[in-house]
Amino acid sequence: MDKVKKRSVDRASQYMLKRAEEEHIPTAWDRLEAMQPQCGFGQLGLCCRNCNMGPCRIDPFTEEEQTGVCGASRDTIVARNFIRMIAAGAAAHSDHGRDITHALWLAAQGKADAYGIKDEEKLEALACEYEVKVDGRSKEEIAEELAEKIFADFGRQHGELRMPLRAPEKRIKLWRELGIMPRGVDREIVEAMHRTHIGVDTDYKNVLMHGFRTALSDGWGGSMIATELSDILFKTPRPIPARVNLGTLSPEEVNVVVHGHEPTLSDVVVDAVRDPEIVELAREKGAKGVNLVGMCCTANEILMRHGIPVAGNFLQQELAILTGAVDLMMVDVQCIMPALSSVASSFHTKLVTTSPKNKAPGVTHIEFREEEAYEIAKKIIKMAIENFPNRNGNEIRIPDENQELVAGFTAENIYNFLGGTYRATYRPLNDAIVQGRLRGLAGVVGCNNPKIKHNFGHIEMAKELIKNDVLVVVTGCSAIADAEAGLLTPEAAFKYAGKGLQEVCEAVGIPPILHVGSCVDNSRILIALTNVVNEGGLGEDISDLPVAGAAPEWMSEKAVSIGCYFVASGVFTVLGSPFPILGSKNVTSFLCDEVEDILGAKFAFEADPVKAAHLMIEHMDRKRKALKLKPLMYQ
Amino acid sequence: MKRVFVDLERCLGCHSCMIACAVEHSLSKELFKAIQETPLPKPRIEVRTTEKGDSFPLQCRHCEEPYCIDACIAGAIRKDPETGLVLSDEKKCVGCWMCVMVCPFGVIRPSLVPDKREKVAIRCDLCQDRETPACVEACPTGALFFGEAEEFKKAAGKEGGKKNALLNSG
Repeated sequence: MDKVKKRSVDRASQYMLKRAEEEHIPTAWDRLEAMQPQCGFGQLGLCCRNCNMGPCRIDPFTEEEQTGVCGASRDTIVARNFIRMIAAGAAAHSDHGRDITHALWLAAQGKADAYGIKDEEKLEALACEYEVKVDGRSKEEIAEELAEKIFADFGRQHGELRMPLRAPEKRIKLWRELGIMPRGVDREIVEAMHRTHIGVDTDYKNVLMHGFRTALSDGWGGSMIATELSDILFKTPRPIPARVNLGTLSPEEVNVVVHGHEPTLSDVVVDAVRDPEIVELAREKGAKGVNLVGMCCTANEILMRHGIPVAGNFLQQELAILTGAVDLMMVDVQCIMPALSSVASSFHTKLVTTSPKNKAPGVTHIEFREEEAYEIAKKIIKMAIENFPNRNGNEIRIPDENQELVAGFTAENIYNFLGGTYRATYRPLNDAIVQGRLRGLAGVVGCNNPKIKHNFGHIEMAKELIKNDVLVVVTGCSAIADAEAGLLTPEAAFKYAGKGLQEVCEAVGIPPILHVGSCVDNSRILIALTNVVNEGGLGEDISDLPVAGAAPEWMSEKAVSIGCYFVASGVFTVLGSPFPILGSKNVTSFLCDEVEDILGAKFAFEADPVKAAHLMIEHMDRKRKALKLKPLMYQ
Repeated sequence: MKRVFVDLERCLGCHSCMIACAVEHSLSKELFKAIQETPLPKPRIEVRTTEKGDSFPLQCRHCEEPYCIDACIAGAIRKDPETGLVLSDEKKCVGCWMCVMVCPFGVIRPSLVPDKREKVAIRCDLCQDRETPACVEACPTGALFFGEAEEFKKAAGKEGGKKNALLNSG
């Protein structure tokens, strides 16, 4: 039991890990152990495989000026490797955004029946931003032209992206002066690959600044597009109660897990499981119904909009199958462990890939097409129902954990909450900070990583922050971690929050930690921060605000991009484990120190989540002092 | 005595053994901290390349009749009669580099002592504080083997005999 307690703080996960151990089914934790010790060059970013004169690796234990065959210094190599991570992360988010745009484009032309325009208000607002004529046109006409214009942002060759213009004026001016205002979404990613090709950009600072521009094309581009268009297509979330953890799997119903990231499939599945034909088929096969649950960010998408339960976060994907109760897991893209197929082979679980971008050897592939979304969703659910009788009753072990939560917060509905429906405004939020009822705001986001005890980093950091009157917003796997710990309930404010934050939560009836969505929805945080700046009284730029960001358990390249667009937007950001950059003192000191003079924010690395929370708190206090704000009400 | 043997077929030349060795002989014994120490810790194992281009790691062979002991003017090197290890006393070493010059394998290297900033000759000590030397544990392909010569021969034999070369001067 000690071993499983070291691996996760979540009891449901511990229960399943125990089973994995008993039945000798390896999980990510075992594979991490088998991988030890991991390559030192890789951890330090000192290995370059960008050309065939190499691979080259720089000795971290020599004082000599060692270089690669081409002459690239350790600084150049580390910086190049780092921005390739940003490029990959930005690519993942942005390609997701492109897929949503595609769905909107098809829906607008009546080519994809499963989709419609669910938020006309947002459609019109966005259309105005993109200079699409609204008056006298149908919502479909508007949506089609808007989709075309947004497509053009991906391949833009001249000028600037549209959405970064939403940032505070001072920030836009800074980006322009520094030459890092993002142009085309695809262009920045392509340029990152070009610059890091053999014999191109050698100046590590120049490489890194383009890395920031690439990240901005994600946060204020691809990701923001994904968020906004998902709201238009699938409706803008509103606060909604739901349940979380592996206990949401049902012993009596057909369990379908949707895992991955894009809502284009998962949102349609939500409708399909309620189809009378499906319900009847499930009963015929001896099930009480169909129980749809989500995993990772696609879970967050349908949780935010429909209150669909969440089975777990990144490190729980294998554990869900280990319950023996998953009849089918359908996956789309990103963070789908290739190991799923081998875990599934130990049980009756059917694994189905759906994206042309993600197939796996030996795994059933049912390709998803927007034009036939509903039929395809039904086909997959039928497959799950057909698989229900193959369950082995003796094999089913579902943990009890099934926690309540409230999700569905957005940059828009914070207006209504804090300002009241009649006078929607950020004023009360700003006032709470100005008066010292709230210390500041923090975004705690990112992945799970077996190198850090599962959920420990997220939960401990969030608790420490709210204890110190910091209002916390969360996304992605971090949000699911906090939800599993019961932190996403209004009651949590009384149990864990400082007095000032408690008062705010009590007055408006919100949890002390607000779930604002999936990992592309980190863009909601950028918008919320901009709204705080625009409301006035807290400086002129995001970098003036008493705010900070963190990714305590990060592992993916997307997290690298997110971290970089937060810093480039002026938000001090703490990571639970360092970026693979420590092999270069210059790159490390640039990102963790010097860049603050350029962008008004920097990175810090801190493994202890409570210490990391205090780095954030100290930062907020410095910003409060600079703004000459009142001392905190309750110190 | 137990020694480190090398399976030549398996070495990919990744230098992981060198990193692990330097970290093990650092003050902090953690990679991220070790690379920030002054002076930098140094590995006592080195990956070399044969004329054919094959790579192999090499460290002190702990010879039966070590030339380095005879060459040492400071009497800093001794052979432990029990373990058979050839050990340098870094406190006694005066940094004359005679041992470096006479070593037929070139596996003794001049260095600074991490905590003292003095010039001393350093060599593999088979990680006295550990059960298995750090390099052996770090090798991702299992090219390094720690044990008695007979054990290695047996292990090598199982995997096809001739393919595996025994690197042992002892």
